[in-house]
Amino acid sequence: MTPYAVKLAFRHLFSHPGQTALLMAGVALGVSVFIFMSALIGGLATLLTLRTVGSIPHIVLERPDRDPTVLVNHPGAQVVLQKDLSRRDQIAIWQPMIPIIEKTAGVIAVSPQIRGSAFVVRGQAVSPVGVIGTMAGKLSEIANIDAAIIAGSASLPADGILIGSVLARDLGLRVGQVVQITSDRGRSRSFRIGGVFTLGIASADRQSIYMNFTTARALFDLSTGVSRIEIKVRPATDAAGIAEHLRLSTSLKATAWTEDNQQLFEGLDAQARTGTIIKAFSLVTIIVGIASAMLLSIVRRQAEIGIMRAMGASRGLVISIYVLEGTLIGLIGAIMGALAAWLALLPLPPVSAVKSGGLPIDRQQGDFLLAIALTTIAAMLASVLPARHAARIDPVEAIGA
Amino acid sequence: MTKAPILSVTGLTKDFGEGETQTHVLKDISLAMVEGEMAALLGPSGSGKSTLLTILGTLMRASGGTYDMLGVDLMHVSEAQRTEFRSKNLGFVFQFHHLLPDLSALENVMMPAACAAGWETAPMRDRASELLDAVGLSDHRDFRPAALSGGQRQRVAVARALINNPVLVLADEPTGNLDRESADHVMDLMRTINQKMGSSFLISTHDERIAARCQRRIELLDGRIVRS
Repeated sequence: MTPYAVKLAFRHLFSHPGQTALLMAGVALGVSVFIFMSALIGGLATLLTLRTVGSIPHIVLERPDRDPTVLVNHPGAQVVLQKDLSRRDQIAIWQPMIPIIEKTAGVIAVSPQIRGSAFVVRGQAVSPVGVIGTMAGKLSEIANIDAAIIAGSASLPADGILIGSVLARDLGLRVGQVVQITSDRGRSRSFRIGGVFTLGIASADRQSIYMNFTTARALFDLSTGVSRIEIKVRPATDAAGIAEHLRLSTSLKATAWTEDNQQLFEGLDAQARTGTIIKAFSLVTIIVGIASAMLLSIVRRQAEIGIMRAMGASRGLVISIYVLEGTLIGLIGAIMGALAAWLALLPLPPVSAVKSGGLPIDRQQGDFLLAIALTTIAAMLASVLPARHAARIDPVEAIGA
Repeated sequence: MTKAPILSVTGLTKDFGEGETQTHVLKDISLAMVEGEMAALLGPSGSGKSTLLTILGTLMRASGGTYDMLGVDLMHVSEAQRTEFRSKNLGFVFQFHHLLPDLSALENVMMPAACAAGWETAPMRDRASELLDAVGLSDHRDFRPAALSGGQRQRVAVARALINNPVLVLADEPTGNLDRESADHVMDLMRTINQKMGSSFLISTHDERIAARCQRRIELLDGRIVRS
């Protein structure tokens, strides 16, 4: 690529500014679509992931299943396995594990919990609920209950509970009222409703009750252990790997949120593939547009190319002029498109702040540099064939000598 | 003093097409030129003048015969070697000026040298300025071709043909598109350059007035040289 080729390529671009601007605008539009699709698909994935994992634990540690070991391995033997139901499902020795879990890379929150099934009784109305006993200061570690409180407060004294808004509506409960809760261990106790929350997850808002850790221990007759340890990690998509690491380091059963949400991942994957196809089409459009424009330009400049070849210009020089011209159209158009897309996406709120019905566009996932690089490479490739055609122009035919 | 030969052609032929449709455009052409010579190539339309100039200019290969110039066997060199030879030793002036519309007069004159070197240099610019002075267009060096008259464009084309100090300038009907006054001006110019710079000229023309101003007449009829 000689300086003279660069000069002539730029001179060609500026000789027909209107046509060049139109061509670059076409490239810019394609690049804007590319970036918009990247930001939209990425933002949608982030939003769905946020909505899905925002209020659930990313990893749950529980006591491992204790199926009996089969010692008979005879082909004709019939073996009946009976689960060991003689002991409570609990993590008996849990406190030494907390520092190990907290020090694991990616772990951002750890919440030991006591969980159990119970009934809320008010008058003649009875409703089954899941009770979650959390330690002081750990209430909002997994689901952000503090932010979800719509009435009362998020404090949990020994006789206080927080209930979901759907449950409150179904049973006609309000903050300050007293309800009777009977656990699946047969223990009953009265609690005062301290707050009502809405997480936006129907099952949680209908069936979840939060209470003090110590109170839950007594209600479910669990003297030392905990039911489970819930963990949040960052990024949430690393949960499977971290879960495997924790399984090995704690010998507990570790379940990542991804195991229960395969459909979400399949949906996100299909969505990403759709986005890739749309982006590929926009790149193909750019390639076809630039190749057509370059071919037209070469046909128009046939006599000029012929005279240059007659005057001693090598085929290499001709090829480099037109490949550079196409590449510059791609590069400048791509930068213009990326800039336009960046400015257009600037006023949009971050994905976490998107209201219902709004477009979840994540500017950070716009793939701006990738779009510029791919478009420039595509433009260069699109120019190669027309440039080779230009280099093969016979000067005698072109200038009519 | 004997002048050095620059070009020697023997038994040159050029055929177009094949079989029954084959046309013999040039037949057994033998020709020699020496340095500083200014020759007119005359002949009616279809006599093969342009084809001969095109072959001598290495823009087309002959079908047969020999063609040596400055000791190089131009019948048996590669395309790239012919391109390099052309840029160093030959200049062209065509009936139509064929200036590049995006370049100024000065840049057009520099173009053949810049193509060969890969960039424009200060000495190249100085040489182009001198040539534009020589063709009387020193005050038009920044003009684009569209802003020049037909005669001025052809004078720029003459200057362009001389930028690489060619041994031979091949001019195909260089005054064919010009009015009488402009034609005389261009012819005077080529004559002056021939005398001052020593470049040889082979000028194809129909015009007897142009031929009369050359040292030598080469007449072509039906693809054969009938007078040289």
